Amino acid sequence: MSTNLEVKVWRGREQGGFTSYKVPRRDSQTVLDVVTYIQRQLDPTLSYRFACRVGMCGSCAMTVNGVARWTCRTSVAKVAVDGKLEIAPLANLPVIKDLTTDMVEFFDKWAQAKGQFKGRHSRHDDFARVEPTSRERIAANAGIECIGCGICYASCDIVTWRPNFLGPAALNRAWTLANDVRDTRWVERLRAVAGDAGCHSCHTQGSCSERCPKRIEPTAGIAGLKRLVAKSAIRGEL
Amino acid sequence: MKRNNDFRARAHPAYWAFLVHRISGLALAVFLPLHFWLLGQAIHGEAALDGILGFTDRTAFRFGEWGLVVLLALHLMGGVRLLLIEFLPWSGLRKNWIAGALGFGVAAGLAFALALIS
Amino acid sequence: MTSAISQAKLWYWQRISAMVLALCVLGHLAVIIYAVRGGLSAAEILGRTQGNWLLGGFYGLFVLACAVHVPLGLTTIAAEWLGWRGRSADVAAALVSGLIAIMGWRAIYGLIA
Ligand code: FES
Repeated sequence: MSTNLEVKVWRGREQGGFTSYKVPRRDSQTVLDVVTYIQRQLDPTLSYRFACRVGMCGSCAMTVNGVARWTCRTSVAKVAVDGKLEIAPLANLPVIKDLTTDMVEFFDKWAQAKGQFKGRHSRHDDFARVEPTSRERIAANAGIECIGCGICYASCDIVTWRPNFLGPAALNRAWTLANDVRDTRWVERLRAVAGDAGCHSCHTQGSCSERCPKRIEPTAGIAGLKRLVAKSAIRGEL
Repeated sequence: MKRNNDFRARAHPAYWAFLVHRISGLALAVFLPLHFWLLGQAIHGEAALDGILGFTDRTAFRFGEWGLVVLLALHLMGGVRLLLIEFLPWSGLRKNWIAGALGFGVAAGLAFALALIS
Repeated sequence: MTSAISQAKLWYWQRISAMVLALCVLGHLAVIIYAVRGGLSAAEILGRTQGNWLLGGFYGLFVLACAVHVPLGLTTIAAEWLGWRGRSADVAAALVSGLIAIMGWRAIYGLIA
């Protein structure tokens, strides 16, 4: 194990460049540890984002050696090539400074995809009973662990090529709600996710499913939405 | 302006399958009118069609045709994979189909080459 | 809203034509490999095709499916790789569709009739 890592870090906004730092190699070191070391020991002006450090909050995503990853759960041993790391902000999002991106459009698209739950019961009603083995519940389960890190969004070429494309995370959210039998807004939601800004622009490149740190497969939900839109259109519900 | 990904973000089988599908589709779309125009010479009778066939009977054309057969086979099998993913219950990115499509493309290319020289 | 639904409709047309094409291409590959043995000659081709209306029907359907499938694929590529969207792109796609249909059916007519 080499004693020093050679780390190139993006500095600036969209216009900017990589600055090199030498960071001591440690056992069980994560990429987030490396970034933190640089900020605490070498250059306090480096901006980056993190909170939980255990893969729950989704705030630490960055581009590591060209691939979007959650840095708090990415060990250096897995990604460093010849003791070298290149760390950049996520693609497809405006850069605020250094490694921090502006996530506003990412979350706005969740809202556009009708990502909010709206049920018909109030807290005075009894619990809704959802059969754990039902098809819908299983489909929703597959997508429900999303932590909103933006890795799928940053990895998707369709987001780059079609700026109004809702993106994998928002569509995955729409799919989980489409399978929530308590939800009441499904017609509205299917309309919101149909067409070129929605599920029909996905070309099954699969980058979202390959890169999702939670092993969610947004491609599955998007394909499901394509089928659901077709079914509802045939039934004349759209 | 935002930062864009480079090839490193795209280096996985499902993305390569996408690229092959798009580029083969584009090549076939360009070739199609040419193909129709050539066969359309039959409307002017057998001699006209023979004239065109004679013109295309050279190695460069044969190689091009061989390429088109392979592209057609790849686009076919890649397309079937997409239809399976989109219309059947989810079972992953079906990477086995990517390998299968490649095998089918090679097989179609070999069959065409063999038929040419026989 | 309506435009999103019509975009979705076009997408389904592309998939339906793809299903037809999958069968047509399979048949066509077999025909190609059978036909090129021993080289191509006009007499040989026309001998097989002239008056063969079953073959004509098969290829007529094939051309129709192409006329649906190809322009939809091309507009997607134009939008994503060239940034060419909107009315002019739609008109161009309609022209491509017409061109494919007319040229394709003309060729079939020449070979069959
Ligand atoms: S810091 Fe919370 S997921 Fe990485």
